[in-house]
Amino acid sequence: MASAEINVKYVAHLARLALTPEEETKLAAQLGNILGYIEKLRELDVTGVEPTAHAVPMVNCTRADEVRESLSHEEALRNAPRQANGLFIVPKIVE
Amino acid sequence: MLNQLTISELAAKFAKREVSAREATQACLDQIACVDGKIHAFLSFNAAAALAQADAVDQLISQGGSGANRPLLGIPIAIKDVLAVKNQPLNCASKILGNYISPYDATAIEKLKAAGAIVFGRLNMDEFAMGSSTENSAFGLTCNPWDITRIPGGSSGGSAAAVAADECIASLGTDTGGSIRQPAALCGCVGLKPTYGRISRYGLVAFASSLDQIGPFTKDVRDSATLLGVMSGVDRRDSTSVPEPVPNYVAALDGNIRGLKLGLPKEYMVGGLDPEIKASVDAAVKQYEKLGAEIVEISLPHTDYAVAVYYIIATAEASANLARFDGIRYGARVEGNDPIELYSKTRGAGFGAEVKRRIILGTYVLSSGYYDAYYLRAQKVRTLIRNDFLKAFETVDAIVTPTTPTAAFKAGEKSGDPLQMYLSDIFTISCNLAGICGVSLPCGFTQNPKLPIGLQLLGKPFGEETMLKLAHAYEQSTAWHKEKPSLKF
Repeated sequence: MASAEINVKYVAHLARLALTPEEETKLAAQLGNILGYIEKLRELDVTGVEPTAHAVPMVNCTRADEVRESLSHEEALRNAPRQANGLFIVPKIVE
Repeated sequence: MLNQLTISELAAKFAKREVSAREATQACLDQIACVDGKIHAFLSFNAAAALAQADAVDQLISQGGSGANRPLLGIPIAIKDVLAVKNQPLNCASKILGNYISPYDATAIEKLKAAGAIVFGRLNMDEFAMGSSTENSAFGLTCNPWDITRIPGGSSGGSAAAVAADECIASLGTDTGGSIRQPAALCGCVGLKPTYGRISRYGLVAFASSLDQIGPFTKDVRDSATLLGVMSGVDRRDSTSVPEPVPNYVAALDGNIRGLKLGLPKEYMVGGLDPEIKASVDAAVKQYEKLGAEIVEISLPHTDYAVAVYYIIATAEASANLARFDGIRYGARVEGNDPIELYSKTRGAGFGAEVKRRIILGTYVLSSGYYDAYYLRAQKVRTLIRNDFLKAFETVDAIVTPTTPTAAFKAGEKSGDPLQMYLSDIFTISCNLAGICGVSLPCGFTQNPKLPIGLQLLGKPFGEETMLKLAHAYEQSTAWHKEKPSLKF
């Protein structure tokens, strides 16, 4: 975690986010600055402290496995960028 | 003017048949026509649909229907562009959602409608609720009604500005790190962030799922209590909504705060706090003493770490939540030769600079090799912050602080420096990390220029009754909430 420098190009690939070279340069500088600030968390001793993922501790909120009303096929497709025959159209995945 | 009234004032006029819902709705639409060219709180609104809802209310009333159990009957309420309202656009002030139209109502919206509200309009915000000034909207700035060269705060800047400029009677916003309380403070209205789990998040486009809450912007505390009561409760469509009973929040506003203990955290009255804000908060604390509350100095020792924790946890959650915007099932799409290229190009073209910054930061802190150092450590410090509050609440009923370190800043003043912008949320962020409730209410003005100052009260988890009782008692003993911007541009 020493002198943080993000490999923006690599992280952008992980995030599936196309960036211009200018964006990459700018982000690297800004994020370096923010990560520098975040370093202050290292001052604290967190040995034995449990992490909080959620402020209200609730576990295993399940529901009965029953059929319920949900969006209709038509409604679910209503905002699709491309669709045909009741399906979403995507680029070819398997040759 | 009807658009200037509160929910309770307007409801009283409806009950006496002095005015119609159409007149009230028209008054809001007229005000929008008059001032929104300058303020730009609204991204869009459908006047005909709003008036049709109003006519339906008037018809119901003329047929002898009453407002019993419908506390919002005929009340025009506008909505932040992050909440789903059936058949209305939903963009999160982002280009990536394209021409998205919501196929369903958020639970909070469903409840407003069931209570009789006229739900209308889409309010501007920082893109995906990421920001503190509404400058990150893809659709232009919103101006502060008190000074249009200044920002209204954010991310719910449109929601705050619309209420402050009397373009609606009340509005909804969302608060992940202060996005209701900070703009409410900067625009001079009441903004309430309920306890995490109090209001269902179903139909709220997720930014940081463990921090997001929906809440109201209103012209007084009573109206916030009314809206909280309407929207609260467990929802089977949001497994993080909590099955706590919903009390009658309005009934709690009895003005009797004698003997209640208010904590004053020493960590909040230092650093970059503007002297005029400090003076107003000091005066408010004295007023509380006069009203019979006991002031207790407390310590929240991990306050200084909250912003750092927040920008790890919120960005980590955001990077996961925003993965769904991939150009496949909804929104805008930029075609590519394969799915990966399609995703990358769509997201590169569709997201704005701040959203990209947070996605990269969030992806980074979750990535292999950094998870323990950043994300896990932040979650542990989150525990320490939460414990600070739980310990303080063993001795006090609520906590009083400034909402913001400064009044509304100029547009462009901080937009070039993300870290400075993040630090403007320093007093509001801990509340979300701890999962407690908070409210901001007017407590004064700076002198030159005249800009609103907000007082923040923080309450125990599900302690909204006591917190609102305290807020109401102060509000009713002062006249700050009655001041209006001149709106002479």
